[in-house]
Amino acid sequence: MTPEVPPLMSLEAITKVYGTGDAEVRALDGVDLAIAEKEFVAIMGPSGSGKSTAMNVLGCLDAPSDGHYRFMGVDVGALSLDQRALLRRNYIGFVFQGYNLLARTSALENVELPLIYKGISAAERRAQAMEALAKVGLEGREHHDPSQLSGGQQQRVAIARAIVGRPAVIMADEPTGNLDTARSREIMELLTRFNRDDGMTIVMVTHEADMADYADRLVHFVDGRIDSDVTQQRAA
Amino acid sequence: MLWETIKLALQAIFRNALRSFLTVLGIVIGVAAVIAMVTVGEGSTAQVTKDVAKLGTNLLMVRPGQPQQGPQTSGGTAAAFDMKDVEAIQAQVAGVRAAAPANTRTMTAILGNENHSTSVTGTDSSYLEARDMPVKLGRPFYESELRTGAAVCLLGQTVRRELFGSGNPLGQDLRLKTISCRVIGVIDEQGVSSFGTDQDDFVLLPIKAFQRRIAGNSDVSIIFVAVRDGVSTVKAKGEIERLMRERRRISAGEEDDFNVFDMKQIASVLTGITGVLTGLLSAVAAVSLLVGGIGIMNIMLVSVTERTREIGIRLAVGAQERQVLMQFLVEAIVLSLLGGLIGIMLGLALGALGANLLRVPFSPNPLIVLLAFGFSAMVGVVFGYFPARRAARLNPIDALRHQ
Ligand SMILES: Nc1ncnc2c1ncn2[C@@H]1O[C@H](COP(=O)(O)OP(=O)(O)OP(=O)(O)O)[C@@H](O)[C@H]1O
Ligand SMILES: [Mg+2]
Repeated sequence: MTPEVPPLMSLEAITKVYGTGDAEVRALDGVDLAIAEKEFVAIMGPSGSGKSTAMNVLGCLDAPSDGHYRFMGVDVGALSLDQRALLRRNYIGFVFQGYNLLARTSALENVELPLIYKGISAAERRAQAMEALAKVGLEGREHHDPSQLSGGQQQRVAIARAIVGRPAVIMADEPTGNLDTARSREIMELLTRFNRDDGMTIVMVTHEADMADYADRLVHFVDGRIDSDVTQQRAA
Repeated sequence: MLWETIKLALQAIFRNALRSFLTVLGIVIGVAAVIAMVTVGEGSTAQVTKDVAKLGTNLLMVRPGQPQQGPQTSGGTAAAFDMKDVEAIQAQVAGVRAAAPANTRTMTAILGNENHSTSVTGTDSSYLEARDMPVKLGRPFYESELRTGAAVCLLGQTVRRELFGSGNPLGQDLRLKTISCRVIGVIDEQGVSSFGTDQDDFVLLPIKAFQRRIAGNSDVSIIFVAVRDGVSTVKAKGEIERLMRERRRISAGEEDDFNVFDMKQIASVLTGITGVLTGLLSAVAAVSLLVGGIGIMNIMLVSVTERTREIGIRLAVGAQERQVLMQFLVEAIVLSLLGGLIGIMLGLALGALGANLLRVPFSPNPLIVLLAFGFSAMVGVVFGYFPARRAARLNPIDALRHQ
């Protein structure tokens, strides 16, 4: 990271507090973190250490209680809900542990979803969604419902949905949490490819050291703080 | 973008076919029930009004007996009238269109092997005029037949059908107890009264023939008096009372030993009954509407969890509140319109069927159709839209996490 290029995302003294009084939980307790373009960052840490909370703030899905979050230099805290929606629409793709696909909706339609809100025409949407599904190796499964797909396939649909709009960042919160090792490796290889070939920044939470090895930077959370932050050699 | 929104909403409707079906069903039930019930209720009211008009709102019935005995009781010990009383009313009361005698007895009419129990009335031509009973087939009584008490008769449509089927009754001889009478005509269809009685089940004879051959006296038991249009029945009633008191020699302090019944009294009773009926039907209809509404509400609220997660997903991929709301609003409107239209068609069909079964006119009330539709549509939109609005204003992560 060269000093003159501003980071893509930067958390400055971020805190996130849930509840009040005795029930108060400091999910994030003064986090500073800068992520540059094209980085592949893995976040690890014990359960409850604030990894998901940090991801949600980074992905503009949630607002911090205190501190500043800049995305592409813009202070997200000053934006309205609708303006944050625009940031997500144009720059951020999500992959969740629980897939979060629309039920009873074909893979193709799930992948088309972000493009609808981008105002892309139906024909163009279809073409781009087909291409994204092909990239994740789901040709021929376009018209299957989530209920007709395996967990690994559902997660690949979710990845296709995350990348179809060519976002700057993919936020993946435990994308392999529900998958076996072989399936997890396939997902990691996909993410690596989008990072390397398409220049997408990737921020991923994982519990598995094997998966974290795919990243080139490893951030470790403990009790809502960053405990360590190291650059590493990629596995593959 | 609007077209896109409509397409999204349609997709959501088909995707959640069961939920959509149940919502539409709730609206259909509410709308159809209200329309069917109110249509039948109002048809009955219209029918009763028509019946009352047919009964003759300017018709008076003069009978022997105390006034407070009401319209259905017989004369008791009071002396009967005679033809002179009928003639006096016709001649001396102002505004009388027709005054007719009527002596009635239930008898069995026999033709060959067929027999039918019917009401036999001895009367004259003014009866047909007073009761608005045109002769459909054949002819009315001749003056000479009335004068001599000839054994001729006019039939109601029911008697004709029962005894002659589709055959020609004219010129045939009918047996009534011991006498035989020749059929000279058939009266036009009168229909079923609001009380459910068949008004075509009768045989008419000249009064003289009835008196001589059936009753064996020269009494007249009821006098029907039709008052001319525009003449007050109250005034005519007063005049008849005065005349009859005089003729029956009732002194000043004494009570009447006869009564004059104004058919308008029946009209007001009937109107009261149908008012109650319409009220009851409306209450049942309102309950159905409410049940339908609760059904819709239930479905919408039960699906809030799933819908909130759906909204969370849409927000996460970049949908704005406005876009999510439009989709849900359009979805609610489409379902409500669909349910409303099916409900209106079903309600009208049921209303038509009910009206047909009850033999009442079918005249749907557009205001009720609109009202029922409006209420159900409102329930559908309110309960489809407001939970969605709450969800669309959440932080996306809260919507996604919604349990
Ligand atoms: N919506 C919420 N309301 C209240 N407390 C919350 C909420 N979300 C998270 N927390 C609390 O904040 C803390 C951090 O939660 P977070 O989900 O970020 O942990 P995590 O590191 O992702 O854990 P895991 O590895 O189990 O997913 C936890 O103590 C959690 O209980
Ligand atoms: Mg987590």
